[in-house]
Amino acid sequence: MDSSRRRILQLLGVSALALTTRPVLNAFAKEEQAAEAEAVIKAGAKALKARQWAMVIDTRKFHSEADLEPLTEACHKVHNVPALQNKRHEIKWIWGTHYHNAFPGKAAQFLAESVEQRPFLVLCNHCENPPCVRVCPTKATFKREFDGIVFMDFHRCIGCRFCMAGCPFGARSFNYRDPKPFIAEADLNRKFPTRMKGVVEKCNFCAERLAVGQLPACVEVSNGALAFGDLYDPESEVRKLIKTNYTIRRKQTLGTEPCVYYIV
Amino acid sequence: MLELAIKGGKKYYGWMTFLSVIIGVGFLLYLKQLDIGLAITGLSRDVSWGFYIANFTFLVGVAAGGVMVVLPYYLHDYKAFGKVTILGEFLAIASVLMCVTFILVDLGQPMRIMNVFLYPSPNSVLFWDTIVLNGYLFLSIIIGWNVLEAERNGVHYQKWLKPLIYLSIPWAVSIHTVTAFLYAGLPGRGFWMTAILAPRFLSSAFAAGPALLILCCLIIRRVSNFDPGREQIQSLAKIVAYAICINVFFFLCEVFVAFYSNIPEHMDHIKYLFVGLHGHAAYVPWMWTSFILMIIGIILTVTPMTRKNEGVLAVACVAIFLGTWIDKGLGMIAGGFTPSPLHEVTEYIPSLPEIGIALGVWAMGFMVMTALFKIAVSVKEEIRE
Amino acid sequence: MNNKTLIITGLVIFLIIVLFPFWYMRGKAAPAPEPVLTPKAKAAQACVRSTEYMRSEHMQLLDVWRDSVVRDGNRIYVNPQGKEFSMSLSNTCLDCHSNKAEFCDRCHNYASVRPYCWSCHIENPKEKT
Repeated sequence: MDSSRRRILQLLGVSALALTTRPVLNAFAKEEQAAEAEAVIKAGAKALKARQWAMVIDTRKFHSEADLEPLTEACHKVHNVPALQNKRHEIKWIWGTHYHNAFPGKAAQFLAESVEQRPFLVLCNHCENPPCVRVCPTKATFKREFDGIVFMDFHRCIGCRFCMAGCPFGARSFNYRDPKPFIAEADLNRKFPTRMKGVVEKCNFCAERLAVGQLPACVEVSNGALAFGDLYDPESEVRKLIKTNYTIRRKQTLGTEPCVYYIV
Repeated sequence: MLELAIKGGKKYYGWMTFLSVIIGVGFLLYLKQLDIGLAITGLSRDVSWGFYIANFTFLVGVAAGGVMVVLPYYLHDYKAFGKVTILGEFLAIASVLMCVTFILVDLGQPMRIMNVFLYPSPNSVLFWDTIVLNGYLFLSIIIGWNVLEAERNGVHYQKWLKPLIYLSIPWAVSIHTVTAFLYAGLPGRGFWMTAILAPRFLSSAFAAGPALLILCCLIIRRVSNFDPGREQIQSLAKIVAYAICINVFFFLCEVFVAFYSNIPEHMDHIKYLFVGLHGHAAYVPWMWTSFILMIIGIILTVTPMTRKNEGVLAVACVAIFLGTWIDKGLGMIAGGFTPSPLHEVTEYIPSLPEIGIALGVWAMGFMVMTALFKIAVSVKEEIRE
Repeated sequence: MNNKTLIITGLVIFLIIVLFPFWYMRGKAAPAPEPVLTPKAKAAQACVRSTEYMRSEHMQLLDVWRDSVVRDGNRIYVNPQGKEFSMSLSNTCLDCHSNKAEFCDRCHNYASVRPYCWSCHIENPKEKT
């Protein structure tokens, strides 16, 4: 036999073809068999629906940082947000800050005393035109068309932190290390997953609670200070509040259309 | 042709061994980062991009700077650069490899990098950056290798390379424009939201890239029998001179816009870098040093007497390289993130492990560059005989 | 051929190394894995899908569930038998199969597969092990 290289390669090619044809055909046959009765996927019966979820925060109802604690606690407990000691690595979904930090463009040298003393609750604004979604290279962060929540798929996130650079509100946190050791065993909510190191996270408007007919955790414990509803439903509580009160939003000149309104 | 990279003298192997040690240390530190997470760096919730991305941004510029030897030769028939285009191509390859490595090293979940290709997101500039950077890498490899091989065999390079070479010229400009667009379109970051960011990137790239190339040419002349040529080095130096002047001019434009308009939001970032903000002033000495280095670079490269003295020129190139590195690397990144969107200041200082990993990546790049330059120089020496 | 002895010796050593797992463990094949069902799982009698289907497809099913919950907001899965389930690894799967070490790990260890589900989807142990 002519023992040239070409011959050997031809032989290898034919052998590979001969060995793999049957298993491949078998695999295709199996797939056709497995087309049994289809499964159906649907939304839960109690799920709350909206075209664009929005929140109105009546800041007049909060007088000190202590007033915000039950809200931030509720959120962070339900979602297994770790409590990291090193401030550089801290993770926070919702927190209180000063007027000058929540609204840097609107700060003034002389302010109403109540505004000066009041704590302002800040969180992800679930913008209608979110820059964080625009910059994500994997669509790990995306805006759900059916309810407007800017959501995160932690399985897809590559941890590039472009979304953190893109957010004009500083709403996002990165897991610089494994968060598990920093969640107290007693506080662990086993119904909700934690995250792993290397992914970005932020407020998710409690999508998992909305899906079973519950309001977001912070809204529930806010004693009416927070209103939550569909921005595009003229009868919703948020629309009524926006209609009857003067509200401001953070950095609205940037055009991201944040959906968290503040009654000052 | 690869065999030319493993035939070298004691100094060559000594240098490569030295680099491998640095790479080794960097690699071990990276394993630690994979284990613990990016917590080993100096990054924070407020400053989420730091040393790795800073070096990445700077190196994209150095890679684009390679086009400054290709453009005059192929577009304007500047025959003198024919000797050194290969060095520009090879510098680009090493730089882009470093860029890609810096990105990988910065990711929180690097094993998921394929998600960028599995779920293409044309709305994201990072997606386009991945495409153009990889494209430029392949272009440089294909062009560089084939042109050098043809030279070695004493024939003209194949015809199909010509369109690729022409393509590589705007492509080089595009890689740095796209990288600038990563920053320049973010609504929350006023320091970067300036139309002049991309031009500034390009001008500092065309200063830093050729400056490094000049230094490499001087070293090559010292350690081998190949002389890149006095005229070539002088032409490169003139390019560096113009580029660094434009770069400093652009920066002064930024300063004017911020401080004449007196808008606090615009001034704050520059203030943080050059005089400190809210008591945080770690970057101040660095930024002033960078500025002084760039001014020294301008004086030495613009003045014919100092430019023509190759010893002084070398000093100028080092000054320009360092100055632009501080300005575009550290200054631009930290300045963009500080103060934060909530107007808070969290100072970012790269940690030692972070610097170690970064040095490992630089060493890897230098190793690739050394090997490629060794091949190019060996071929040049060969054909001379 | 040249260097005949060297090449043959090299080939033999290579074969020994490559076939090491086979000749070292001859006759001592590891037994097939036997996942253990919790009392709750046994009482339920049927999983979301048939056992054969779950055995070969549970990874893909979890992917479908995730995309459905995260991207489409739909959380109810109606299996071909008409039974409804909430599409949740933490709350549905791990509710019945709360014994990771005796259930999930059995097959995963045998197949040397290391899924990172439990980095986030906290085990839901009902009996303290």
